[in-house]
Amino acid sequence: MLKDITLGQFFPGDSVVHRLDPRTKLILTLVYIVALFSAKSYYSYALMLFALVASVLLSRINFKTILRSVKPLIIVILFTFILNMLFTSGAHPIAHFWIFNISYEGIRVAVTMIIRLVMLIIGTFLLTYTTSPIALTDGLEHLMNPLKKIRVPVHELSMMMSIALRFIPTLIEETDKIISAQKARGADFESGNLIRRAKAMLPILVPLFISAFRRADELAVAMESRCYHGGEGRTRMKQLKLQRRDVTALILGALVLAGVMVLMSFGL
Amino acid sequence: MAPLLKTEKLTHIYSVDTPFEHVAIENIDFEAERGEYLGIIGQTGSGKSTFIQHLNGLLKPTSGTVFYDGRDIHESKELTRGVRFKVGLVFQYPEYQLFEETVYKDIAFGPKNMRLDEKEIDGRVREAAGFVGLGDEVLQKSPFELSGGQKRRAAIAGVIAMRPEVLILDEPTAGLDPKGRDEIILNIRQYQRSTNSTVIMVTHSMEDIARTVDRLLVFNKGAILMHGTPAQVFSKSGELTAVGLTVPKVTLVANRLRALGLPVPGDIYTIEQLKSVLTALRGGREHA
Repeated sequence: MLKDITLGQFFPGDSVVHRLDPRTKLILTLVYIVALFSAKSYYSYALMLFALVASVLLSRINFKTILRSVKPLIIVILFTFILNMLFTSGAHPIAHFWIFNISYEGIRVAVTMIIRLVMLIIGTFLLTYTTSPIALTDGLEHLMNPLKKIRVPVHELSMMMSIALRFIPTLIEETDKIISAQKARGADFESGNLIRRAKAMLPILVPLFISAFRRADELAVAMESRCYHGGEGRTRMKQLKLQRRDVTALILGALVLAGVMVLMSFGL
Repeated sequence: MAPLLKTEKLTHIYSVDTPFEHVAIENIDFEAERGEYLGIIGQTGSGKSTFIQHLNGLLKPTSGTVFYDGRDIHESKELTRGVRFKVGLVFQYPEYQLFEETVYKDIAFGPKNMRLDEKEIDGRVREAAGFVGLGDEVLQKSPFELSGGQKRRAAIAGVIAMRPEVLILDEPTAGLDPKGRDEIILNIRQYQRSTNSTVIMVTHSMEDIARTVDRLLVFNKGAILMHGTPAQVFSKSGELTAVGLTVPKVTLVANRLRALGLPVPGDIYTIEQLKSVLTALRGGREHA
């Protein structure tokens, strides 16, 4: 069912991770990604894994939920694994067939690649799981503020993003409803060849587009009738303020990054 | 005779194993006979919509069974698909599912999915349009040119055209003006009488349901709180109010009259009933 899609979903909660400033979390995620891609040795991966597990535990989000977020990407992960295994040349071949060499190095690279990928997915999902879309775009807008100087329409971009994020669940729900309604009239989305299946999407897409336009129209009217006129002079109800926990979190993040860098410099 | 539609210990839980886990309905035992007109009332979130989506196999029960004509509808894929045509479900705001270029084609969508031949489809489309009071001149229009009430009718016709033996309607009158509401209720009533099909109507409007249904189910917090004839259910106005529902306005009037000391019975739910009671009290004369 469409409802089971957890992509970019927010799980409300009251953990330390939930309460962190969105800017902190955005920066930490960035730091995490940089560190993850700098990590070369098992020691640095262990350090990263420790940081990740600690964050997940602190967020009090179910491990099952976290693992489920990896599920839709399992094909990508498998594909990465196989490609890396087959196309990495190495000095210690294990098996050989046709044009492929499977070597000890190949397997090593493949395993590291998928560890990296899975940790990357989980880490970024943790951000969206613990940060509401509104907070996330607020944080982004703040972080991008300096770009206003070079005339980047930061406010408009973040407004567009928050509207888009806001309407993802609504549209998913709507799609679900339309699918059910057409199924109730015997629509069949599962059988037939590709063209038939594509054609079968029409009874879903037409109503969905119409309702998306209707919603956009209604939203525009609702915004205008409340005198929305862009970002100029607009103040916020909830001011973002860095707390002590944010400083602590940032320092910890910096320490992990430093740790990975130090390990790297020792060639580990 | 075995009931046409039956559920046993039907339970549905949404988003199992996530923080959003939520029991929508629990242990529902339900039966509907052929030709019966049933009403379902309940507050938003009481599980009505989840329940009716089980009756045509759109939702799979977390536990429990749905029987159609004595067979478990999830016995095989073919059977589930077959039941979709036997149990027609009209969703809330069904006009949002219209998609074809013409009303005719949209009504024909269901029969077409049943793989009927052109002639049969044509007959069914016209018949269904007739039931909901849409004339021939409307059939060739685009569904998006129609008024709100006409769109609603076209969408209902799209389900009727499959000639289901059970017709389920989720809030068929929501958002319509009083005239459109009465007309649709009347159309559905006539349809039910002339085809002897089972009709299940979910609604918020007590007035809609009071004068038409044979039997009434009251949902509360995912379970059936009460069931019985409208007279039986509406005579318990205290219990209904306690779960956030109302009784028809005429029942309120009757209750008030009783409280004032008049010998008015407790199971009045239509204006006609109250009228005859009051006339009798005045000595049988219509106009004094």
